[in-house]
Order: sequence, then structure tokens, then C-alpha cells
Amino acid sequence: MTLTEKYKPLTDAAAASGVSDLLVREQDNVLYIDGVAPNGEVKDQLWAKYGEIDPNFTGGDLVMDIKTSIDANVTKVKVTTESSNLNIRKGPGTDQPIVGKAAHGEVITLVSRANEQWWQVRTADGEEGYAYAQYLTPEA
Amino acid sequence: MKLTKVFLALLVAGTVSFVSCKPKDADVKAAIDKVLVVNPDFTNATVTVTNGVATLAGEVKDDATKTALEDAVKAVKGVKSVVDNTSVPAPVAPPVIAADDPLTSAVKDATKDYPGVMATVNDGVISLTGTIEKSKLVKLMQALNGLNPKSIDNKLTVK
Repeated sequence: MTLTEKYKPLTDAAAASGVSDLLVREQDNVLYIDGVAPNGEVKDQLWAKYGEIDPNFTGGDLVMDIKTSIDANVTKVKVTTESSNLNIRKGPGTDQPIVGKAAHGEVITLVSRANEQWWQVRTADGEEGYAYAQYLTPEA
Repeated sequence: MKLTKVFLALLVAGTVSFVSCKPKDADVKAAIDKVLVVNPDFTNATVTVTNGVATLAGEVKDDATKTALEDAVKAVKGVKSVVDNTSVPAPVAPPVIAADDPLTSAVKDATKDYPGVMATVNDGVISLTGTIEKSKLVKLMQALNGLNPKSIDNKLTVK
């Protein structure tokens, strides 16, 4: 079975659920799926689909980079860590010093999206710096 | 008067029979369609024929196929010339693979909150060892898949 066939349920689901800029190609026995999901739910559904094909993601034959579309007008993000506070750092990287913290569940200001991983944020106390984007959820 | 009419009728008949000696556009199109059908590379191409000029439209996979299609259509009897309006799709961009240095620091950032997870990067490949809770696995994999690795060698023990 080719990789394209193996992951067809996933690529079909991506196409059907409104993923834009969908790009699927194979190189050196790895399938690369790129795209932008209209929202976080669609992204999670696709990961659930991936989990049905490869439950613990051990195949080593797929790199799925599904980003989530974010409205350019979004200025508020919610801290969606598991339970802990979120570090706010001087620069984009865990090697950067911590300049502040945002509480779990707190809604803070999104200043800019420096890159996919690190977003520049500001707390209500005026602490400004970079936080790991995976723990931030845009507020509608 | 009568003679003139007969003469005119003959003239018209002659003209019609002269025209019908040349292949009709519809017949030429039918002949080209037969060529398009037999070659799987040509199935997304379409043709129209006007006064012996065959105009090709649709999509072919590459430039070589485009040339082959033109030649095949030119060889069909009754085709005076070919206007090739077929398009070739833009090549699909190859996957972007991050360089090891930025990838290593990005992996370090992504795995920081997973104390049981060890990660190394070599030639774009992220290797994972250690243990992780099932509930946290998807979140970690989502983060790592977004860092443009070549692949992920996941040997994590899932608790």
C-alpha cells in the first residue's frame, strides 16, 4: 500500500472539511500534508483521523502540518495551558529569560504573531513578551 | 430563362460537391477525439475545429506531453494547423525541511513541558524516546509536526 493510499482517509477528510492551501506530496518515503484548517476543531478532527490510522503516531512516514486560520483582527487570546501558569519571555525561545506569567484561563492581549510557535502578548498588568502559541487560543 | 436556371443549379451543385471533397470540421474533430481517447495522457485535453484549424484546450501533465499532443493532432488528416491552448500545472513545491540548528531549539521549546520525553535532532529527523501520557501525545505531536521536520521517529512509550 502506498503512503497516499494509507493516509487517503485523512487527506479526503482534510479536503472535505474546508482545509485551504492543502498540499499533499511524498518525498523519501514520507508523506507531507500541509494546510490551513478553518478552526481548531477541524484540526483536532484531522488529528483524531490520523490517530485512527496510526494510534500512537509511530509510523515515521507522515508529517502533518495543519495550521489554524486566525482572523487578523483577533486581539485577545486565552491562556489554555493544562493547569499551570504560562511563561512570558523576553524573546521567542525557552532559552529567553521569563519576564512575566499569565494565569491559566486568563485572557490577554495579542500584540503580534512573531512566528508559528511564539506570539507576542501583553497581560493586563502590562507585562509584555513572548508566549508559546500552542497554549494560546484566539478569542472570538 | 430556363437555361439560366439549369446553369445556376449546376453551378450550385458543383460548388457543393467541390466543398464536400474537403473533410468537414466535425469529421476532423471526431478523428482527433479518437486520438485523445486512446492516450491516457490526453484525456483532459479537448479540441474544437474551425475551417481545419484545431484548437486545443484543457490540461496536460507536462511540456513533453504538450508537444506529443500537438504532434499527434497535426498528424490527423484534415488538420491544417494547431492552436495549442492547453496548460501545464505548476510543479508542486517540495516539502520545506528545517535546518538542524533552528529545529533543535524549536524541538527543545516544544518538549519543555513534557519531562518524560527526550528528543534529539539529526539531519531533520526528530527522534523521541522516553514516556508520555496518552492524553498529552497528540498535543506534543501537533507541535512537533509544525516545526518542518523531515520525519519523526517516535519511540515513546505511551502510558
